[in-house]
Amino acid sequence: MRSPLRTVLLACGAAGVAVLAWAGLAPIETRTGADREELFEIPRGTWARRMSGEDLGILPDEIRLTLGIRDILVLRNLDEVPQIFGPTLMMPGQSFRLPFEQAAEYQFACTAHASGQMRVIVYPYPATPWARIMWRARKL
Amino acid sequence: MNARTARSVLLTLAAIVAAPVAAAPALKAGVFDPPRDAPQFSLQSSRGGKLELGSYRGKVVILGFGFTWCTDVCPVTLATLTQARRKLGAAADDVQIIYVTVDPERDDPARMKEYLHAFDPTFIGGTGGAAELAAVRKDYGIVAEKHVKGSSYSVSHSSYTYLIDRRGQLRALMPYGRGADDYVHDLQILLAE
Repeated sequence: MRSPLRTVLLACGAAGVAVLAWAGLAPIETRTGADREELFEIPRGTWARRMSGEDLGILPDEIRLTLGIRDILVLRNLDEVPQIFGPTLMMPGQSFRLPFEQAAEYQFACTAHASGQMRVIVYPYPATPWARIMWRARKL
Repeated sequence: MNARTARSVLLTLAAIVAAPVAAAPALKAGVFDPPRDAPQFSLQSSRGGKLELGSYRGKVVILGFGFTWCTDVCPVTLATLTQARRKLGAAADDVQIIYVTVDPERDDPARMKEYLHAFDPTFIGGTGGAAELAAVRKDYGIVAEKHVKGSSYSVSHSSYTYLIDRRGQLRALMPYGRGADDYVHDLQILLAE
């Protein structure tokens, strides 16, 4: 007769294998159009809030994209004044759409960050089981 | 309106609605929407005289910022642009590369001419006073920061280039590291407009 502990461990192990099998084997569909965009917006009133002393972090120091899934960086300035956003100066109402086609790490000088740098890491499309597991792990 | 006229009108309307809308080809560079007029500037040209951005209206301009003592970013970018111009062939006559210094202390017109000619004699450098160059950088959102190293110094700076179309509009931003083929692809699109 099996001990209850052993049964629980076996069940957990089986569940873990099942999750890993799903994570590694279930296909990840490539996307098209706007579904591939990673959008960051400067909301209206940001400049006024910054002037009043608020510390507003809109763009993270590091942006992670994946080819074929989410590989287009879109920045949009909805504020009423020009803003340095990411690598460039953007006018009110203007957007900036930058597609990536090469997996690599990209550094952009950006005064909006304390480090002075914004890093965009572009991962290759997860074509292998291990890559799919890692991609899904990063999404957690 | 008789039945025949009504039918003609309907057919015309249907033809208009069904007409294939040619989507604008996508650039490899990052695109501004809507584009804005490229800020004008007047600097000292490496060819002597004034470098007026507005005088290149009608050409596609690639505008970069850097300095002649740069050891990593600028040589790569300028070599890529040299290669792109070669690949374009005769169409390159309608492309002007303008490189504006972020180091006016060392980059006078003669120094810039000598440096840029080593890549491509058609490249034009722009220099000037510290304040006027700072104003140009501000207009374009360019970052430049001086770092003193012993008796010398270096300047870290924005590493991308801007693509300005024939009408003088700031259309796109090409990040550092993109290859000559990406430039050729985008330049061909902008030249065809």
